[in-house]
Amino acid sequence: MGTLAEEIFSYKLGRTVEQGETVVVEVDRVMSHDTTSPLAIQAFRKLAAQTGGHVFDSKRAHIVFDHIIPAATIAAATLHRDIRSFAQEQDITILQQGICHQVMPEMGYVVPGDIIVGADSHSCTYGALGAFGTGMGSTDIGVAYATGRSWFRVPTTINVCLTGDLQPGVYAKDLTLEMVRIIGVDGANYRALEYTGDLIERLSVSERFTFCNMAIEMGGKAGLVAPDEITRAWLHGRTEREYPMLAPRNPRYERVVEIDASKLSPLIARPPDVNNVVPVEEVEDVHIDQVFLGTCTNGRLDDLAIAASVLRGKTIHPSTRMVVIPASREVYLEAMRLGYLEIFAQAGASVGTPGCGPCIGRHFGVLAPGERALTTMNRNFTGRMGDPTAEIYLGSPATVAATALTGHITDPREFL
Amino acid sequence: MGRIWKLGDNVNTDVIIPGRYNVTTDRAQLARYCLYEVLPEFSQQVQAGDVVMAGHNFGCGSSREHAPAAILANGVHVVIARSFARIFYRNAVNIGLPVLVCEEAVLASEDGQQVEADLTTGVIRNLTTGQTLEDERLEQLVTCSVAAGGIIEYIRQEGTLR
Repeated sequence: MGTLAEEIFSYKLGRTVEQGETVVVEVDRVMSHDTTSPLAIQAFRKLAAQTGGHVFDSKRAHIVFDHIIPAATIAAATLHRDIRSFAQEQDITILQQGICHQVMPEMGYVVPGDIIVGADSHSCTYGALGAFGTGMGSTDIGVAYATGRSWFRVPTTINVCLTGDLQPGVYAKDLTLEMVRIIGVDGANYRALEYTGDLIERLSVSERFTFCNMAIEMGGKAGLVAPDEITRAWLHGRTEREYPMLAPRNPRYERVVEIDASKLSPLIARPPDVNNVVPVEEVEDVHIDQVFLGTCTNGRLDDLAIAASVLRGKTIHPSTRMVVIPASREVYLEAMRLGYLEIFAQAGASVGTPGCGPCIGRHFGVLAPGERALTTMNRNFTGRMGDPTAEIYLGSPATVAATALTGHITDPREFL
Repeated sequence: MGRIWKLGDNVNTDVIIPGRYNVTTDRAQLARYCLYEVLPEFSQQVQAGDVVMAGHNFGCGSSREHAPAAILANGVHVVIARSFARIFYRNAVNIGLPVLVCEEAVLASEDGQQVEADLTTGVIRNLTTGQTLEDERLEQLVTCSVAAGGIIEYIRQEGTLR
């Protein structure tokens, strides 16, 4: 009995677990990426006496190169070299085909009921498949690599109940920004978010990824959707593993937030905090120097399809520039096959290698002092994309594509 | 005893250590660029024993452990906040950067004042104003980890995580 978070921990431990309890659990998967692996490896090494120098399971320990791939600097190349050497020693296959939170599910490494710890705050993305994914720091991940275990305080839960239908021009990203506006940037700190309501039954796994990904932007420890037939269909062909179809049973929620999606319009998060959310109309005069379509929030095939439908046969405005980065090689190849990449290139966009791109301000579209970007990213923090005086606005793929055509923040409904 | 460096709400990890300076495990480089874009003088002027005080949700954003590591590498004695973001708090405990939650102490303190924080008793004394306050109690596992000098030392002592 309980919330989905309680159900998952109870299933794992074989006993009824309640919110507030501190438990030590065997985790299903451990993940780190090219920026967080070096410190995780340092922590792991310190436990050599306890582990014999081996990771708990080389097939369930995952390292993804996505933050600076291909290496943009000598420092990054050196980190990559050192991590490769560790991976070889531990018989871990390094994944280099896209962003960790896209690649882990695509590879079939995430199934309902799993508990997954990742050295990246957006590890909460895995909740879209009914897995308890959560972000941790490198030392926690080093410990998990060594022991296969981690400690958790079973969280209390905020229920986000979604009803109604998204109107044309309004997407999962707008819905997500509305959640952050209501709950705030720390309203879900230490808590899980559990998304329910009849709208969920009409949302794809990709759309679910978008709001589970941004649970952390409300402080959330996890963002969870109970698995259903849509989940099953998405996992079909990706994994042979059996998994439990866990669901909340008489859950005790700390708070219920109800959102009628049919009332929403396209939204924008203004800098420098994600809850700085306004209707697109309020910022339409803001000139944008660069738009960026991609990331673990909105770099999937449906996101690219929406943007391609806006940009088809058109050219981006000469006063702005556009960067497009598919979230993974799978997305990249499919977007190529469907002609989306050609549409972007013809429109004048720079199309990049699957990975995080400029989302962490290291390469492939960093911003100059005073510049402004509109992006499909999850964070608009000061300095995140380059110079600290540059400003980052967040919006949906459709809003980003429409803005590319005009050079200022634009309501995508004008282009549908 | 040390100087208070007072910060506001929602100080995120991109502000604590920007992404373009954390492509390293070198503590000296992390220390140098700590809070670089909001308080460029911080890493030059901070002294061992100083205290960082912040509002709500300190350390929100990315899971980068470079953030508490950068603060620790500057010799900061303790971070006292009205509240911490979950991952930052856990990272700080794991690497041995003391973190205290004390709403009253933050509200009653100003940047530049002198403060003394006793980590074993949780008593915080503002030496400039003379006010004394106490922080919230820590979870047992957290206390054990801090007492051992971090989660790694704790596991070394216990043999495993349990």
